[in-house]
Amino acid sequence: MSACVQDRPLSHRPAVRPPAGPGRTGEPLRLAALLAPAAAVFAAFFLLPLVRLILIGAGGAEGWSAYLTTLADPGHLDSLLSTLALSAGVTAVTLAVSTVAGLFLVRNHFPGHALLVALLTFPLAFPGVVIGFMVIMLAGRQGLIGTITQALGGGKLVFAYSMAGLFLGYVYFSIPRVILTVMAAAEKLDPRLEEAARSLGAAPWRVVADVILPALKPALISAGALCFATSMGAFGTAFTLATRINVLPMTIYTEFTLQANIAAAAALSVLLGLITWAALAVARSVAGTSVAAAG
Amino acid sequence: MQSLSNRRGWGFWLQLGFTLLVCALLTVPMVMSMLAGLTANYFVGLKSGLTLRWVEEVWRVYSGTILLSLRIAFACLACTLALGVPAAYALARRPGRIARLVEELLMMPVAIPGLATALALIVTYGGVGDLRSSWLFILIGHVLFTLPFMVRAVLAVMGSIDLTTLEEGAASLGAGFLRRFFTVVLPNCRSGILAGSLMVLTLSVGEFNLTWLLHTPLTKTLPVGLADSYASLRIEIGSAYTLVFFLMIVPSLILMQALAKRGRPSV
Repeated sequence: MSACVQDRPLSHRPAVRPPAGPGRTGEPLRLAALLAPAAAVFAAFFLLPLVRLILIGAGGAEGWSAYLTTLADPGHLDSLLSTLALSAGVTAVTLAVSTVAGLFLVRNHFPGHALLVALLTFPLAFPGVVIGFMVIMLAGRQGLIGTITQALGGGKLVFAYSMAGLFLGYVYFSIPRVILTVMAAAEKLDPRLEEAARSLGAAPWRVVADVILPALKPALISAGALCFATSMGAFGTAFTLATRINVLPMTIYTEFTLQANIAAAAALSVLLGLITWAALAVARSVAGTSVAAAG
Repeated sequence: MQSLSNRRGWGFWLQLGFTLLVCALLTVPMVMSMLAGLTANYFVGLKSGLTLRWVEEVWRVYSGTILLSLRIAFACLACTLALGVPAAYALARRPGRIARLVEELLMMPVAIPGLATALALIVTYGGVGDLRSSWLFILIGHVLFTLPFMVRAVLAVMGSIDLTTLEEGAASLGAGFLRRFFTVVLPNCRSGILAGSLMVLTLSVGEFNLTWLLHTPLTKTLPVGLADSYASLRIEIGSAYTLVFFLMIVPSLILMQALAKRGRPSV
């Protein structure tokens, strides 16, 4: 898992005029030369290896159909499905929690407001391993939740080292950035729309359902897709909590290191990359907000 | 908008309670782990006394990982500055379909999981000389992963200023390209470069997904050591180690929040 940022949509940046004046004759060449080092590093260390990986995925006895037969393996299919379910659940919960909190923070100002926002967005750059440790602090063998349930006489509740712990970890990881997205979008809402709805007699919940949520929809879809992609591809949290958790990144890792089944690991990671990449493409096309995620 | 909803009815308190609960979910484990790293015995609790023993232990065992992480982070910063800033300038001066495509491509290492990128690097370059066992192998992964953040941060600022007019002015006064680039373009983009740099440093120090597959026993970074200590050592040491990690990234996180507040130039 990795941190990521919300940027403003670069595709909508104020138009930079096509190069006019300075040194026009040599300009295209110069720009190409400035771009070349980054392009060369990128091609050599990313594009080429990626092509290699795709070919290795198809390099077994079955050729390209290996990409399909990998999924015929019940273990792999199971892992893919449970990762999809986990990510969808995390996305739904994170969106709900962050929308309530984000809207509240934009619409109300009170002493301590800035501190609360700062605290809520603080874990933005925590790596997955640290998130995993936070989950252990909350729900591990010596965790807070277990201590509380024990004090209440209900026995020690420990769920850190399972799918539930992973769920908590991904929600923990995703809340800060989704709250930021919701707040940024809610700040741009036109208060007159809401006033109009109110003055026409709409109940508060109708205002939320008919005015605010539709206006936030692009931001929510974009943040949701980002959250989904991150949960699909994250590795550090699962690794910290338990290597037995059956999610796709763990399966890939196991195939690669323990089984030395490089073709399967390659095929599965290409598949996983396609899923996260597609989710982020959705995020970009819907909101124009290009966002970074996964890992 | 707030005047309307500021009546502070039960709805306000309910939502405030909920938001505080979410905040507690995020911050309580952080505080717990920081305290655990300073507590003599976590099972006994705070009454066992506070100590720096665990932090010293972490330094004794893991100082190598901390120093390696810092070295990789700053090397990564140097690379992303050298590669990313000129690239961002080129993209900003020629916006259009090709620039968008390049930008899209550069984002790919962030869009696909680090695990996949690391596997791809290993199958392609794992057998080349001593690269596999060198810290440069990790550096390559980190540069791929952080470059888009630098490019985007700088590009965002370049898009918000009128680069062409500034450059035309300088050119009409006779400044050549290099002079314009270093004395006009770069100073005008410093907020983006600063934001991008902080992001690159923070991400590199915390990177795990790529690094876990790329590292070797002799090239362990801080997050790799963290995973190690969580798995095998007592909770106080894991906590103290996490505390060290927090201390390393907190300054740049605070700076980034301050930068974002001051006019939200990028990130």
